[in-house]
Order: sequence, then structure tokens, then C-alpha cells
Amino acid sequence: MALTGVQIFKLLPKTNCKKCGFPTCLAFAMKLAQGGADISACPDVSEEAKATLGEASAPPIRSFALGAGEKAVKMGGETVLFRHEKKFVNPCAIALNIKDNDDALEQKASEVASSEIDRVGQKLRVDAISVEYASGDSAKYEAAVKLIADKAPDTAIILNCKDSAAVEAAVKAVAARKPLIYAATEENAEAMAAVAKDNKVPLVASAAGLEALSALTEKIKGLGVEDIVLDSGAGTAGEIIQHNTQIRRSALKKSFKPLGYPVINYVLRDDPILEASIASVAIAKYSSIVVVSNISKWKNLVLFTLRQNLYTDPQVPMQVEQKIYELGEPGADAPLMITTNFSLTYFIVSGEIENSKVPSRLAVMDCEGLSVLTAWAAGKFTAAKIAQFISECGIADQVSQKELIIPGQVAILSGALEDKLEGWKITVGPREANAIPTFLKGR
Amino acid sequence: MSFVVPKESFNGKVLAVDFGKDDKALIVGGESCMPFLSFEGETPNRPVIAHEIQDCSPDDWPDTVKEAYKDVSSDPVAWASHCQDKLNAKAIALRLVSTHPDRIDRSAEDAAKLIKDVLAAINVPLIILGSNHIEKDSTVLVAAAEAASGHNCIIGKAQEGNYKTIVAAALAHNHKLIAMSELDINLAKQLNILITQMGFDKQKLITDPMCSALGYGLEYTYSVMERIRLAGLAQNDQTMQPPILGDVGMYVWKIKETVAGEADVPEWGTLAERGIAWETVTATSMVLSGSNLLIMRHPSAIQNVEKTIDELTSS
Repeated sequence: MALTGVQIFKLLPKTNCKKCGFPTCLAFAMKLAQGGADISACPDVSEEAKATLGEASAPPIRSFALGAGEKAVKMGGETVLFRHEKKFVNPCAIALNIKDNDDALEQKASEVASSEIDRVGQKLRVDAISVEYASGDSAKYEAAVKLIADKAPDTAIILNCKDSAAVEAAVKAVAARKPLIYAATEENAEAMAAVAKDNKVPLVASAAGLEALSALTEKIKGLGVEDIVLDSGAGTAGEIIQHNTQIRRSALKKSFKPLGYPVINYVLRDDPILEASIASVAIAKYSSIVVVSNISKWKNLVLFTLRQNLYTDPQVPMQVEQKIYELGEPGADAPLMITTNFSLTYFIVSGEIENSKVPSRLAVMDCEGLSVLTAWAAGKFTAAKIAQFISECGIADQVSQKELIIPGQVAILSGALEDKLEGWKITVGPREANAIPTFLKGR
Repeated sequence: MSFVVPKESFNGKVLAVDFGKDDKALIVGGESCMPFLSFEGETPNRPVIAHEIQDCSPDDWPDTVKEAYKDVSSDPVAWASHCQDKLNAKAIALRLVSTHPDRIDRSAEDAAKLIKDVLAAINVPLIILGSNHIEKDSTVLVAAAEAASGHNCIIGKAQEGNYKTIVAAALAHNHKLIAMSELDINLAKQLNILITQMGFDKQKLITDPMCSALGYGLEYTYSVMERIRLAGLAQNDQTMQPPILGDVGMYVWKIKETVAGEADVPEWGTLAERGIAWETVTATSMVLSGSNLLIMRHPSAIQNVEKTIDELTSS
């Protein structure tokens, strides 16, 4: 629970020595409560007070990495329930579950290793492999874990195994990869916590329902494991949305520490499209690790795209790359239109051009992600800047007639543009995108 | 420290809107909590998925979804019956695309005749959609409302530029009405206010804040829908309490991901699954953010979303 300024003041030396840079201990305490100062600025504070304050100022959802190295996935640290309030911070990991006795194990691990694709400038991939202890043979399990770690060298590993002896051997085999252990339960908590603690790896706490789960995380924490991931046993999509909402609300709104951890959801389904649908519930609703039973290129693309959409910053306009986009298969005489690089503007304009079925070129100009009117008002979509972009992008060599169609909203620019773009004809297009098909077809 | 279920209760409630007739009538909305959080509120009606058909052959639809209806789609009446009888559609959405001046420019009278034929062939509720041409829709939907008089249909979409005539027609023939604005909570609110100021009962409205496909602005629709829901529930804003429509199919089945073949983009995998999954996941996202009514195209996508809703409403 966050402390108030007065509560913090009681923990300070109350000497008003000013060494912290504030005139009084009370002023310092107030600043601490707001998160605007650090307790270490006070040279005389007791260790006990430091510990109390440290506990109180810890983020409501603990943040740590899944896996090790450059491609480790940061989890937790979330601050809101709805993405319009503030950006969702750490995009969830997507993981593939592979049984240790699966004949296609090597191939599946390789598919994960090569799953990276580029989507609007971001490199996205399947982040982790959950190795399931299905064989009941710990030597076989250890070998499978090693093989998978070898075939997917950058991928995080989740040890899906509730046998603490088998887990221990597997953890030691891939310790450098910081595998996540799935899972500690009521029955094996002591043994699992010992393995996690000794090997400094994170541990999933798995229990049926949030009451039992809260008790279990407290127990595990008491045994010295700090990096905990939650598994509430949510099976159906309904349980996923309800449990995960309650977990995040408890952590953020009630400062309830026993549930202040990232969440893992296994969404295994036989039908791959249904599995994608259930996975999307987990992605949208607060999961930090979503484990699926099968991957394929189309499915990865769908899930990566949803994750990317929901984790974009709602306060920063999404931008598309500045370039000439070809829609349909435009010939040299195809119309050339221009707009700004606000992603929504681009999606709507390009969608309407596609609707028109008239092959066209769309010049998208970098205006820092502003829409047409806003960019114009901000001086980023002016005649001079458009002229410079059109001259420098080399489009003049690709078209048979130099005609540029500008958005109707900025019709006012047409005169100045004709002056600045010598030899070009400037045509004023429609004010609204939905009039584009009629406009293009009527030419 | 022991766990206490953190419940939130709201003063507001989503309005329950019924459409259709007799034992096939449906109700959407009515919930008093955010989507599927039944531990803290009432969720009396599950989201409804309407199967989209159109008044001419779907030549503009990508192959994956065109293929699914190839035996029936040349005849809208056969298509509607197929959806109801073979695919167990709970509702059908008929889009009058051919009335668009750039398409066939079919007349309002022709549209009215077709609506009567479709209504005679089915008994599940019908949603009647214009071609999204502001001027033409205001004549087509007026004729449509009259033709469907007594069937308690949903008609739409009324937009800022044409709502007056469409509202009057819905009022005169006792239909429900979709009010559509473009991805802005304030515009959605304003249009609802304008429509109710004409004497149209807010209990008969459905809000369409504009859908977007996954990867093509989905996050905007997602957040606008969540904000509309929160305004209606938490702030008890009466103008933000109509059920929400997610018109999914038409936004999904035109983007590159549902059209481009595997030869062009090998890194995207097989086209058929990709398209169906695209519509499925877009629709699932829409119900998660607050949609009460979806309009979808591919039968397999509809099935998968129904199964997802089964799970979401089971606990």
C-alpha cells in the first residue's frame, strides 16, 4: 500500500538537516510520497525505514524478464486497466507448448526460432517455448529441453513440469537461459521454490482460483522467490477475462501484493483458428505470457498484429513509413495522390483507393503522424514541404504525366504548389476519403 | 492479507434493444457491467452475430469468402435462406450495395421489392443496410423501412449527413436504427443526441462507432468502444447507453491480409486460414471492447466467434 507523506515523515530522522536538498523533513516526505524524490538522498535514515519505504514504493505489478539475453521479454509493470488511459507497457510473450515426447519437437523448435516477421517496422516473433513433461521420464525431459534450447537459441524457455526432480535437472541444463518454471502448486511449493531460488529463475504459482493463488504466492515469496508469475487455472475464455481482470484490479486499485505479478495463460485448443481467438482474449485482457498448442505463419501474423495494435501508445499517433505506396498495379499513367503519414489517415485513404479498383499511387509524406488538417495547421503539410518531398522522392521519373492530387481539405495549397512544383499539374481531390472511389472512377 | 474479489458496480446500464418478431426475436444489450464480467453485474443477452449477405453477387469479395456462398450468392433470397436454414444464422444483415450510384445504381423501388422477397423467405430478424452513399441511402432506406414495415428490423446507417430522413422513416415504420459516426466518441454522442432530439426513442438506437480491421486501426475502434461503454456505465451518460454494433466483415474482407495469395507473401502463410482468422480475431476483439451486435461474412469465422462467446459467457 502506498504511504502518505505524513506516514513517510514518521520514518524520517526529523532533524531538518537539509542534506537531502529539501528545507525540511516534511517537505522531503511529501516529495517522496509523490514519487518525486529517492529515499537514498537522506544520509541518516534507518535501514528499517528504507526497507519499509522500498516495499511501499515497489510498482503494483512486479516487472522482470522472461528469458535471458537480447530477446528476453519484459513482463509486468502495467499501470492501467484500459489502453486509452495510458499505454500498455510490456507486450505479452507468445509461447508454443511442445511435448517432450513429440516426434516433431526439433522441427517445431526450429519453426519458433525462424518465426520472426516484420510488421510496420517492428520485428515480431514467437518469444518462448513451453516444454511439457509428457513422457514421465526425467532423462528424456532434460534431453528434450536441451535440444529445444539448442534449436531455438534466442527463445525463452518455460519448463512445463510439476515434478520438482525433473525440473531441477532441466533447469540446471539450461540455467543460462533463465527458464521459467511452470509450476509450483500447493503440493510441491517448497521443493519448486527451492529449485527456483537456488538457480535464480522465476517461478509460476499455479492454483485453482484467486484465493488459493494469493495464499500460494505469499507462501512462495516467504520461501525466498521474488519473481513469480500467476496461473489462476483459468481454462475458458470467460475465466481468463474474469480472473485476469480481478488480478489486475487487485494489484492496481487495491495494492494487493499477493497478485501483483505477471499472468500466464495456457489457451491450448485443437482447432487452430479457435485457439487464435481464445489467445486474442488473453492478449487483450492482461496476460503476460500466452501459450498456444500450435503455430503457423498466418496464426503468428494474426496474434502479433493484435498484440501490436493493443500495445501501441494511444497518445502517440501511429505512423506509417514515408514513401510512394502502389495500390493495385499502377501503370505510368495511374493517378498520384498525396496524404500524410498518420496511420489512420493512410488506412482510410488507401482503403478507399482500393475500393475504387483504380490502380493508383499514394504518396505518403512524413508529417510526424498528424492527420491532413492538423499537419497543415502545424506547418508540416505546406506547399513548400510537399514540393520538396515530391521533387526529392523521384516519382517524376515513374509517371507519364506530372499530376498530383491533393486532399480537398487543403485545396488552398494548390496555387502555391503549382508555383513551387514546376511542370506539375495540381488537382484538388475530395475533402473526405469516402468520396475517393467516385472521384477516381469519374476521371 | 486475504483476497477479496474487487467488484465495481455502476449506476448506468446498456439499453436492451429487441429486433425481429415472434419466437425468433432477439435482444442485444442490457448489461450492467463491462463485457463478460458477470461476477459484478448482469449480462442478460449474449452478443449476436448477423450473417452478411448483399443484393448482388459478391464479385467484390475475396475468394475465400466468396467461395463459401458460391452456390447461393447469385440470388439474395436463396442466400438469405441458406444462411438461416443451413448455417443456422440467428440474424441476417442485407447490404444494399447495388443501389450505390457507382455500382448498379439500382432504384429504391427495386431494393424495396427485394426486401419484401427476403422477408417472405426468412423468419429470423433482418438488418437492412444501405450502400453507404449519403444521398442515395436517404432514399433507399426510406423505401426499405416502408417495405419492411411490421417486421421490427434494424435499419442503417444513419449518419450526420442523412440522419433526418432515415430517422423519420424508422420512426414511421417502427424499426430500430443504427447511428454511425467515424471513430470519435464525441461524434457518436452528438449523433445520438441529434437523433433523440427528433423524438426517436433512445431505446431503439444502436451505435456504430465505425469498425476497423485488425492491423488497420483496430486499436482506435477498440478504445472508442471501451470509452463509450465506460461513459454509459460508470458515468451513467444516457446518450452512450445504446448497444454497440461491430460491422466487422466489410472492413476485414478487403485488406491485403485477406486478399494476397501465398505466392505473393509466403511469410504470411496460407490465405484461407489467414482470412478466416483475421475476421475471427477482429470480431473477438470487438466483443471484448463492447460490441453487442456483429455483422460478419465467413461461416467458419462466425462459428469460431460463437464458440468464443460460448466460453466467454459460460462462467
